[in-house]
Amino acid sequence: MPAIEILGLEKTYMVGFWRKRPKRALYPLSLKVEEGEIFGFLGPNGAGKTTTLKLLMGLVFPTAGSAKILGRDWNDPEVKAQIGFLPEQPYFYDHLTAHELLNYYGQLSGVPAKDRKRRIDEVLIRVGLTDVKGVQLRKFSKGMLQRAGIAQAILHDPKLVFFDEPMSGLDPLGRRDVRDLMEQLKHEGKTVFFSTHILSDAEALCDRVAIIYKGELRGVGAVEDLTSTVQGKIEVIWHGTQIPASLKALGAECHISGDTIRAVLAENQQDAAIDALRREHLRLIALTPLRTSLEAYFVEKLQRAETSAGTMAGKSVGGTV
Amino acid sequence: MNTQRLSSQTRTTLIAAACLVLCAMASVLTLRRVDQLRPRATLEDVLYISSPKVVKRASLGYDGLMACIYWTRAVQYFGQRFHDRSLSYNELAPLLEMTTQLDPQLLVAYQFGASFLAPRPPNGAGQPERAIQLMEFGVQNNPQEWHLYYDLGFVYYMELKDYAKAADAFERGSHVGSHPFLKIMAAQMAQHAGELDTARMMWNAAYQSSQDKLVRQNAVEHLRALKVDEDITNLQSTVTRFGQKTGRLPNSIYELATAEKWPGVPVDPDGNPYTMDHTGRILLKHPEDFSFATQGLPPGFTPVAKFHDQ
Amino acid sequence: MTARIVHIASNTFREAVRDRVLYNLIAFALLLSGSAILVGQISIEIERLVVINLGLTAVSLFGIVIAIFIGIGLVSKEIEKRTLYTVLSRPVRRWEFIVGKFFGLAGTLVVNTFFMAIGVFGALLYVAHKLTSSDATILIALYFIVLEFLIICALALLFSSFSTPLLSAVFAFSLFVIGSFAEDLRGFAGMAHGLTRWLATGAAYAVPNFSAFNVINLVAHGQAPSGQLILQNTLYALFYAGMALSGAVLIFERRNLK
Repeated sequence: MPAIEILGLEKTYMVGFWRKRPKRALYPLSLKVEEGEIFGFLGPNGAGKTTTLKLLMGLVFPTAGSAKILGRDWNDPEVKAQIGFLPEQPYFYDHLTAHELLNYYGQLSGVPAKDRKRRIDEVLIRVGLTDVKGVQLRKFSKGMLQRAGIAQAILHDPKLVFFDEPMSGLDPLGRRDVRDLMEQLKHEGKTVFFSTHILSDAEALCDRVAIIYKGELRGVGAVEDLTSTVQGKIEVIWHGTQIPASLKALGAECHISGDTIRAVLAENQQDAAIDALRREHLRLIALTPLRTSLEAYFVEKLQRAETSAGTMAGKSVGGTV
Repeated sequence: MNTQRLSSQTRTTLIAAACLVLCAMASVLTLRRVDQLRPRATLEDVLYISSPKVVKRASLGYDGLMACIYWTRAVQYFGQRFHDRSLSYNELAPLLEMTTQLDPQLLVAYQFGASFLAPRPPNGAGQPERAIQLMEFGVQNNPQEWHLYYDLGFVYYMELKDYAKAADAFERGSHVGSHPFLKIMAAQMAQHAGELDTARMMWNAAYQSSQDKLVRQNAVEHLRALKVDEDITNLQSTVTRFGQKTGRLPNSIYELATAEKWPGVPVDPDGNPYTMDHTGRILLKHPEDFSFATQGLPPGFTPVAKFHDQ
Repeated sequence: MTARIVHIASNTFREAVRDRVLYNLIAFALLLSGSAILVGQISIEIERLVVINLGLTAVSLFGIVIAIFIGIGLVSKEIEKRTLYTVLSRPVRRWEFIVGKFFGLAGTLVVNTFFMAIGVFGALLYVAHKLTSSDATILIALYFIVLEFLIICALALLFSSFSTPLLSAVFAFSLFVIGSFAEDLRGFAGMAHGLTRWLATGAAYAVPNFSAFNVINLVAHGQAPSGQLILQNTLYALFYAGMALSGAVLIFERRNLK
């Protein structure tokens, strides 16, 4: 059973003074997230990530479509006992302490009284807030609030957690802690669905990702599969002061510095490049494959989206994202 | 599909909507019941806050608004009681005093007081001295309003029969603006000649110069009564002359009409012919339609307050 | 279900009690009660009258202010600041949230009234040197004031469910003022004709009727309102608050929380 099954979920807002102009926040989205995986939901700001999460949480009502969470209807209140949610830039009740906050949330999630205290203490240790559990939340820094947010999301031991920009507001140490936490959750058999616009995090953590841009899904799959669709590049360095014509013909970008020349070529031109150098009797210094990143895939997808939108609209588009 | 959500959200929506409607109806019903329990509600503060000065301070400078509110209450109070043929209007004076203290320029309040504070119940509160006080206060605060002097004189004349003071009031008023008829009134007061004419003139003026429905209706009734009084006085003297000529009373009003060679039997303002009883008294066919008539009423008949439209 | 409502209510109570605004307002109200003692000394016979009048009016007015500002603050702020997101991602129904908030607010106001009442009775004891049995009628006036608070809380929640904090406060306060003159509005409706009459009558019944709850003057003269009135007032408050709360639930149930 997939942990999350989104079936054609869509959201259009009516904006303008008279609420007559439609604004599509989310085009029909269909997606499946399997149990036990870490799934990344990627996109630039304003792409529709938060809208999707709000739709799944029942905070916003879809214009069309539906979803299933853990096999049940997404707005079934009982399913909420098994999910945890961390909203973007969370804000909590000013005058409660962290402990009281978690106690409140525990009560609302139906955690039995006898387990509550133990769970709260465990969770506080896990997010590193034990020292400040008696401090009122209005005194918390942004990073501390983020940790409190994570704490309330996992307090009741949910099977599925939704994180909206979990790394925001955290320093590098904090981000590493959160990454470790998400790995731990996966080890515990939980499913993690998180949205972010920081690709390196997604690359490091995710089993699968989905890319969303301007309300539309642009690509779904495992990280390696996606990056492999983007052409890799190689870097060739050799002794010389002149660029051979044959290499130029391959369309290499060459940089001359002193008596070495550095060229970046497409991966599939590797053999042609080596042949060219041998023919010219040039001495090869190094040949390094440049790792393709998710970022390259991301950028390419978005650029293509821009151009296709441009041609569809019949206008010429700048092409930069 | 969306069925689960529909049923949960729709269920809550339906229940909430039903609750809303039921609670709304129940609250209206309960409110009516509460109103019944507190019939003199808005007057409680009149009873307890007997000082207009306190009310003025309490209204935090929104005097005009409070004056409007008290004026509304005064009209409502009087209208309700008049409708019920009440015999006491004790709170009318305090209400009007409160109104005018809050807004001394609310002229219609003074006029209302003149019309309905002075006359005896059930036509009014029977407190002519309070009415005088109210008018004097009005004149003090609005010295350029000729109508207030008129109202003052009106009360002196109509209710207190104090011709000297009435003349004085009209005289004072005649110096304001150009309303020459006030001078005439003053003169007439001095002579108190032609009571009926004076009275007719005054009620006509009251009718013409007022916008308030109750005041106008009141004036109309008085004018009708004056016509009746005049008619009957004349008819009665005709009867007496007949008796002097023939040595006996006419058998009926028809005989009188024939003897005097009138075109028909004289009729009252409603078009009903006057009648005559066996003692030779001229009577109204429907005396209850003329609240203020003093002639033409059968013996032992008490007038009842009733307003007709013009 | 009830457990969640109780938890939301007690959390609301805790949140309100820790807000320093509350204490400032209570302190001011107590100050006003205290000053009543000074004012009363101007005229010997009416000391008691002034203390009760001024004291109870302070309780009433400050309570209304507290109800409006803290009430709206608690709900609108929660919606605006997204604390609500983490609550609604749990098995909490939206209507439970509204009802829980209402009870939390109402509870806050009851406790608040209790403390302010102590201030009034204290001032009364000071000027009169003893409490007579007729002073028990003050409790009835306080009860009616609490009923007023219930209505205001429900209205504050109703407006918070769809409007911004500032507008909600303005609406709630306006309804309070209009509601104090509701009887005059009904009188005006009685005198009007045609369409004006219908509109005025509709408005007069839609608006909360606060004048019936104001027995401060009556009680200051040592008289008690009738038992029937107490009953009907209680019912009216319950029904009206119920109406406003149902409205709040209706609106909130369908609202997209951006």
